Amino acid sequence: MVPLSYYLILSLIIFSIGLSGVLLRRNIIIVLMSLELIFNSVNISLVAFSHYLQSMTGRIFVVFTITIAAAEVAIGLAILVAFFRARNSVNVDEANVMRG
Amino acid sequence: MEQLFFIIFASIAVASAISVVSLRNPVHSALFLIVCFFNVAALFILLRSPFLAAVQIFIYVGAVMVLFLFAVLVLNLGKSEFSEPIFHRGPWSIALLLGLFVEIIFLILTGPLIATKDIYTEGAMIKNTEIMGELLYTRYIFPFEVVSILLLVALIGATVLVMKDKGK
Repeated sequence: MVPLSYYLILSLIIFSIGLSGVLLRRNIIIVLMSLELIFNSVNISLVAFSHYLQSMTGRIFVVFTITIAAAEVAIGLAILVAFFRARNSVNVDEANVMRG
Repeated sequence: MEQLFFIIFASIAVASAISVVSLRNPVHSALFLIVCFFNVAALFILLRSPFLAAVQIFIYVGAVMVLFLFAVLVLNLGKSEFSEPIFHRGPWSIALLLGLFVEIIFLILTGPLIATKDIYTEGAMIKNTEIMGELLYTRYIFPFEVVSILLLVALIGATVLVMKDKGK
């Protein structure tokens, strides 16, 4: 039996790696992938809590999280394609004006 | 035994996650992200949620990552896009990350778990998928419907965003 804190620490490590990707990388595709890592780390901790508290709520929540993540990726990649057409670049620092 | 498998899957997941954020080529990052997702799915099986593991593989590996790779291929990035400096705002970001890390580690190791246990013990969880489907269509029917509308909105939004001529 693996203790709950192991899963939480794993989740924290993956969350930190994802956050460092969002903060340090400038390539918008890798920023989006780091967001996926963050989603996954949250999923791990939700399922771990759900398992150790013998509840279903966390697992049901993960189903919704995965759905939201899929929607987020579709919108994110659409924005990425629109941005690449407008600026011909994938550097997030160049996204500094609101006007299209 | 379970602990051994946990350590194997967790270390591969962490190593591939580090590769995702540290490699320059987005295609390599995407492939390592797939490895990470597979290992997270394996961890879901260790947590007695085989349905979620299957969903994780279908949606993340099957849909999300294919979409990512497709976007990378369609955009046809030049080599110059790969040569960005990785440690751009390094010191501030790393200070922020370390602060967050220490804070959450402290909370995990010292915080008490005071929530009460529910009825779904390991024996009851053998019918994992059945319980989940039943709950989704009874107790969680409203969020289920809301999420379907959200998916529709995302579908329309993604189509509108990439349309070339906005039909003025």
